[in-house]
Amino acid sequence: MDELNYKSYRIEAENICVDYHGKVALYDANLRLKAGQICGLVGMNGAGKTTFFNALTGFVNISKGKIRINGESLRIAQQDQAIAYVPQSEGIDSQFPVSVWDVVMMGRYGSMNILRSPRESDIQAVKDAIQRVDLMELSSTPIGNLSGGQRKRTFLARAIAQRASILLLDEPFAGVDIRTEKLISELFIQFKNEGKTILLSTHDMIHVREFCDLVLLINKTVVAYGETSEVFTPENITSTFGGMSPDVLFGPES
Amino acid sequence: MDLCFLSINITSFVADPLSHEFMRKALLMSSLVAAVCGFLSSYLTLKGWALMGDAVSHSVMPGVVVAYALGLPFSLGAFIFGVGSVALIGFVKQKSRVKEDTVIGLVFTGFFALGIVLVSKIKSNIDLHSILFGSPLGISLSDVKQTVFISLLVVILLSVFRKDLILYCFDPRHAKTLGINVLFLHYLLLTCLSLSAVVGLQSVGIVLVVAMLITPGATAYLLTDKFDNMTIISVISAIISSVFGIYFSFWFDLETGGSIVLVQTFIFLFAFLFAPRYGIFKFKKLFSDY
Repeated sequence: MDELNYKSYRIEAENICVDYHGKVALYDANLRLKAGQICGLVGMNGAGKTTFFNALTGFVNISKGKIRINGESLRIAQQDQAIAYVPQSEGIDSQFPVSVWDVVMMGRYGSMNILRSPRESDIQAVKDAIQRVDLMELSSTPIGNLSGGQRKRTFLARAIAQRASILLLDEPFAGVDIRTEKLISELFIQFKNEGKTILLSTHDMIHVREFCDLVLLINKTVVAYGETSEVFTPENITSTFGGMSPDVLFGPES
Repeated sequence: MDLCFLSINITSFVADPLSHEFMRKALLMSSLVAAVCGFLSSYLTLKGWALMGDAVSHSVMPGVVVAYALGLPFSLGAFIFGVGSVALIGFVKQKSRVKEDTVIGLVFTGFFALGIVLVSKIKSNIDLHSILFGSPLGISLSDVKQTVFISLLVVILLSVFRKDLILYCFDPRHAKTLGINVLFLHYLLLTCLSLSAVVGLQSVGIVLVVAMLITPGATAYLLTDKFDNMTIISVISAIISSVFGIYFSFWFDLETGGSIVLVQTFIFLFAFLFAPRYGIFKFKKLFSDY
């Protein structure tokens, strides 16, 4: 029974520390997420949001602490294609000569042979994923010719095609059009119902209230973590943003 | 150029050089080398490894000299110094506060200088001029065998790991998430770079080999939005440059390496000005790129 409880956490990060050549980017950070939970990762630029993602994807090594995904090590999680990462728009070369189809197909590479030659099931998974983000008519378009929102949807489709149980999204709402924003919101609800676990970073406080069950406020370490309604208080936010008034952050309507 | 001269002598322009065995060999070998470098070029351009290509191609110099002196295959020496230079660049960057581009410049010039000093000190039949500026007209039989072997090896490696390398250039973080060995791909690309540099330097020499590694890819990048097409265009433009470069060098008595690279540069210039979508004068309405 204990084993089952232990395994019921999708993401478990315990006291993780990351430093880049002796410069601490993140220390003593903890996070536990279960299936079907959506958690917002909120903090200033340079507070360690991307570092947190990098640690969870294994792109950087943690210097201390422990990460377990579905109760297993990161290596096994990678083999199982358990984690999908949707990058920030600035994080990728938008002029790279690949089409929407090519990018989404990259979501399937982990389960293909060494030559990455797609099977019928891979082609079907890519088709389905592209349909879900409503980009079918643009599937052969180079990503350089897409709008910011369409490009964001392409990377969401890649995550869908990967069939990962955990989605990490870096600023999913930054620089997207209304249509994409609506589509992403609808997808979040579907993902939640499918039991996927979502961790998303955002600058937009309204989105946090709208979508996130849980909030993780960070400033090099965890400032506060818990249910959105309890944690997302002006005091906590002020300390997360280094004393900046929440009025400035929330805008006039809040 | 005198157009009248060209129209009358077009047949002899093409055929005369082919009557010489060294010219046939030079054309064949240079085309092969150009094809391999052009193939790799599409990856390097997208990875942003132009400076790295310059560094590796210069750093292989002492390796080539030592290998020649010891009677070992020159590719072995080049490979060790090529990969070694990049490892050293990484090490110095990590352990000091000096910026990366400075470290790259510092390391490769150091290796290059060592190579030049070694040539002058080691008694051998190495011709400094042919290493620096290439000698496609004087390639020996053992060099031919080695070049063919290395070329095949590079093409096979780049083909087998093609999709992974594209992913590595495009989004290494996603590759890592899927459990793909990113470090392996990094060193694979580096190995191909060192090997291509060493076959390329026979054609155009160490000083200009970086052009073989970046110009065809850059030209192709201006002409297409598809990676496959980019590789094809890159390879074709590299081969055309080699063939025309060698012809021009034959007829107008030009330095062969310089002549090849100059043709490449002109092809790039042409694409830069007239590429349908990305040229200065866009001809989007006349052509469709995809």
